[in-house]
Amino acid sequence: MAVDTQTVEKLAELARIAISEETIEEVSDRLGDILQLVDQLQAVNTDGVAPMSHPLDEVQTLRSDAITETDQRQSFLNLAPQSEEGLYLVPKVID
Amino acid sequence: MEWEIVIGLEIHVQLSTQSKLFSGASTRFGAAPNTQACAVDLAMPGTLPVPNEEAFRYAVMFGLAMNAEIGKRSVFERKNYFYPDLPKGYQTTQLEQPIVGAGEVEIHLEDGSSKRVRLHHAHLEEDAGKSLHEDFHGMSGIDLNRAGTPLIEIVSEPDMRSAAEAVAYLKKIHSVVTYLGISDGDMSQGSLRCDANVSVRLKGEEKLGTRTELKNINSFRFVERAIKVEAERQIDILEDGGCIVQETRLYDADKNETRSMRSKEVANDYRYFPCPDLLPVVITDNYIEELRELLPELPDAKAERFQSEYRLSAYDADQLTQERTSADYFEEVCKSCEEPKLAANWITGELAALLNRQEISIQDSPVSAQQLGGLIVRIKDNTISSKLAKQVFEAMADGEGSADEVIEKRGLKQVSDTGAIEQIVESVIAASGAQVDNYRKADESKRPKMMGYFVGQIMKASKGQANPQIINKILKEKLDALL
Repeated sequence: MAVDTQTVEKLAELARIAISEETIEEVSDRLGDILQLVDQLQAVNTDGVAPMSHPLDEVQTLRSDAITETDQRQSFLNLAPQSEEGLYLVPKVID
Repeated sequence: MEWEIVIGLEIHVQLSTQSKLFSGASTRFGAAPNTQACAVDLAMPGTLPVPNEEAFRYAVMFGLAMNAEIGKRSVFERKNYFYPDLPKGYQTTQLEQPIVGAGEVEIHLEDGSSKRVRLHHAHLEEDAGKSLHEDFHGMSGIDLNRAGTPLIEIVSEPDMRSAAEAVAYLKKIHSVVTYLGISDGDMSQGSLRCDANVSVRLKGEEKLGTRTELKNINSFRFVERAIKVEAERQIDILEDGGCIVQETRLYDADKNETRSMRSKEVANDYRYFPCPDLLPVVITDNYIEELRELLPELPDAKAERFQSEYRLSAYDADQLTQERTSADYFEEVCKSCEEPKLAANWITGELAALLNRQEISIQDSPVSAQQLGGLIVRIKDNTISSKLAKQVFEAMADGEGSADEVIEKRGLKQVSDTGAIEQIVESVIAASGAQVDNYRKADESKRPKMMGYFVGQIMKASKGQANPQIINKILKEKLDALL
């Protein structure tokens, strides 16, 4: 399946990835190659086969509901480019 | 043209677990910003989520309460989008294999009718953090304490046909989750949040109209208003020959209008896929049956019992069982007075008014169930008139002690002593020459009405304590003797 450049642009926007004008053709081609592989998989008859949600044939272990974490706010805030009053500061986003 | 409104609700309920859905950080409300956001919640590299057993237990309890199918094998998926209050860049949620499948619930409407609303499914997911857009030099502040708090999202079928039905359904869900004790259901703190999918169509039309999704409706009252105003907007557009655009709209309570959220224009394309960090969660039949055994009595069952055991009307039973705390209070009052009907009247009347005025809930009521029960006993045995009972109630609310203490201290005991009442009646008649004259001249059919004046005066003279039945009897005798 071929991928047109418009689809690549849309996916890039959704994934917040910058793709330059020069490389966009190449990216579409490469994605198209990957999707050809997917097409082969799609061609397999999977009637009666439950979708696999995880490659490991295991069941999730759950933890009991207990507070095990301590407050390490300062160490985390130190990693952030900007913080104030205990908040992480980011460029303004508003709906 | 007659229009029909079609509504489906998506309700997010915060589960009252101690720790988060995938980490051991606390979920307590109101902590200093980011003090309850650990490395897992912040999506630090190398961290892995481990699901909280209690969140699954709560979700299964909810499913059982809704007579829903339980997903014995449920799978977490990633819903991908970027927003600063979502550090991972995706929300861990469920889509294809949720923990709770299709179910059904009965809702009760104000006019006494009821209706069944189908549940599409309910799934477990994590909450996001909070963005604060106030003044941070043109930047936004991010608090991630809430990030990772467990939620169940409850998705209904589009089965509701009016704003009132939507409110009744929301109240039902609120009542079920609080009865189960799986959430505090506090809408003002965001523990229960509601989005509404609203569309309209001509009555009789089978096909659904184009819907809009209303966000940000955070009280029962706003749900009703938001749906009404959005349905009106859609009808106006259609009647003018226009089309409805499928979009997300924000309800503005101050202006009582909905408006388009432009930022959501890039179509919702969340590119879901199964989360590779989490294995399928498997729930056994045994586990489900054990939980079924432990379910508390739910609102509908309780309302039915209140009707049969206490002989309450369907309306009273419904009112009293909407909240578990009111139901418990009612049963406590009944224990001490054995007068269910009076107890129901006082709780839905005077007590509800008092709690409303003071903006508190019944568990913080200044009048305890035992106090109210004690008051009802004194009404029943004619120690006080129902008029004075209100005064006693107010005094109890002001912390003056039990009903007996208030009656004693204020000397409110009803006077049933005929001799004492006779004296008062005589003095009132003696002081009301003009009214007595009128009474004598009046037509017989008008006389009973005219007695009201004398009763009022006698009540006043006895400070409200004279037994009304005895007053009526003596007064009539005395007045008729003058004819």
